[in-house]
Amino acid sequence: MHAMQELTAGLGLKPQHFDDAHVCRAAGLWFELHPENYMVAGGPRLAWLDALRERHPLSLHGVAMSLAADTTPDAAHLERFAALVNRVQPALVSEHLAWSTWNGAYRPDLLPVPRTRQALQRIACNIAIVQDRLRRPIALENPSHYLTFGEHEFDELDFLVEIARRSGCTLLLDVNNVYVSANNLGYSPEVVIDAVPADLVTEIHLAGHSADPSLGARLLIDSHDAPVAPQVWSLYERLIARIGARPTLIERDEHVPSFAELLAERAHAQAVLDGTLAEAA
Amino acid sequence: MLLADYQDSFAQALLAEDPRSVSPELTRLVAQPGFAVYRNTVLKGCIDALQANFPAVARLVGDEWFRAAASVYARHSLPGTPTLLTYGQSFPGFLAHFEPAAELPYLADVARVDRLWSEAHVAADHAAIDPVALASLAPADMGRVTLRPHAAARWSWCDEHPIYTLWSRNRDLATDFDAEFDWRGEGVLLTRPHGAVTHQLLSRAGAAFLSACAKGLSIERAVATALEDDATMDLATLINQLLQAGAFAAVQTLPFEDA
Repeated sequence: MHAMQELTAGLGLKPQHFDDAHVCRAAGLWFELHPENYMVAGGPRLAWLDALRERHPLSLHGVAMSLAADTTPDAAHLERFAALVNRVQPALVSEHLAWSTWNGAYRPDLLPVPRTRQALQRIACNIAIVQDRLRRPIALENPSHYLTFGEHEFDELDFLVEIARRSGCTLLLDVNNVYVSANNLGYSPEVVIDAVPADLVTEIHLAGHSADPSLGARLLIDSHDAPVAPQVWSLYERLIARIGARPTLIERDEHVPSFAELLAERAHAQAVLDGTLAEAA
Repeated sequence: MLLADYQDSFAQALLAEDPRSVSPELTRLVAQPGFAVYRNTVLKGCIDALQANFPAVARLVGDEWFRAAASVYARHSLPGTPTLLTYGQSFPGFLAHFEPAAELPYLADVARVDRLWSEAHVAADHAAIDPVALASLAPADMGRVTLRPHAAARWSWCDEHPIYTLWSRNRDLATDFDAEFDWRGEGVLLTRPHGAVTHQLLSRAGAAFLSACAKGLSIERAVATALEDDATMDLATLINQLLQAGAFAAVQTLPFEDA
């Protein structure tokens, strides 16, 4: 297994960048990928993955375990996930606090739940099932929020921390999601960033967002279609200054630019981690 | 509201024509502008996946038409698993009965070939048999051995349409896109000899031969089946084409009663 002991910055892997990713020699560069895109019997995708893991540490970031669904994780999906973990031996494994599979159908999104005691118990239990099968802890990511629930019994951070405490998982803090959620629901992102327990954070995500086409900046969308916003960089610097370096991922899923452009954004995150941002700028 | 009940209602409201009609308990949620973000993301994710999996269909009908049709399909057939590379198994059948597609009777068949491509792309890895492997077989063996098709081999024959020409020109963004061609039945063979999926024209007899092999018939009986389709076929050329394409994974000796 590759360990990410150097706490470097990585990139989300896009299929169109496989060749660039494979030959890139940037120090400490690691790649994160969505295991769902590799849950196949064979073929070129798995061959690319095998070639890539020979050269770079990898992180598996699940988007579909549906941990917040009021049922146990789909057994076949969990088996396929475990087979990939076994094949790739990733340095990091993560999932989302969300649901997507329900009544046998998958919805390609990260759907929200009211943060109740019932949901907390269900989610902590589902994470334990996943961790038992994978035989390793996972990191749980905070999704972006667009809705105000009257039923919440916890604020988001308390909920995440309590789930981590009960299940033994760690946290993947998506700083862009903190910013987008705070904007949409009307609270201070700095308060969240300053309160996250340092010892629980094992990975950080950074991505771009966009304003809703009809409502504008009142409703920000976690669209992953643009460079990381300046406000999100500021929150990230503030976080790293407090908790120290953590493996940090740059995500881009739409309007994917050249590999070189993504590498430059990744270098910015690396400069923050190294404490050399002023020199880099 | 119990979590399971909330998820039943929320899931329904995501795809409902009018999300406000689903559940009174969800009224406060679906009335917020943010609810549309989830509706849009779910549908866009499904449509993007279908467009990626059926590129020849999308090129034939144009993006706007394709995305409108995919939206109708997705509302009734959400993905069964999160591996969206294989989403759309029933999309060709949907297009066959989709009223607005009635003017393009070959569209469903083109979609079937796109689907076969996806199946070939993700099928299990296996070495193809060496083209010389058959040379060592004696004529007497032909009734006792069968050729097992490769896990990534897919083939299809279409009586009505030049399916290979229609599909490959749209799939590969061919430069001879506008070149004239005869409107007659065609077959297609997809294999994955060296990593990537490759495709070629397949005769009707070739498709019959492969289907007979897939049923476990002996080479002798598979040849007889192919000859029934086309008594003039050139067997040596066909076998050579299939071997070069990597269409077979094994030469297997049949149990006595099957031979």
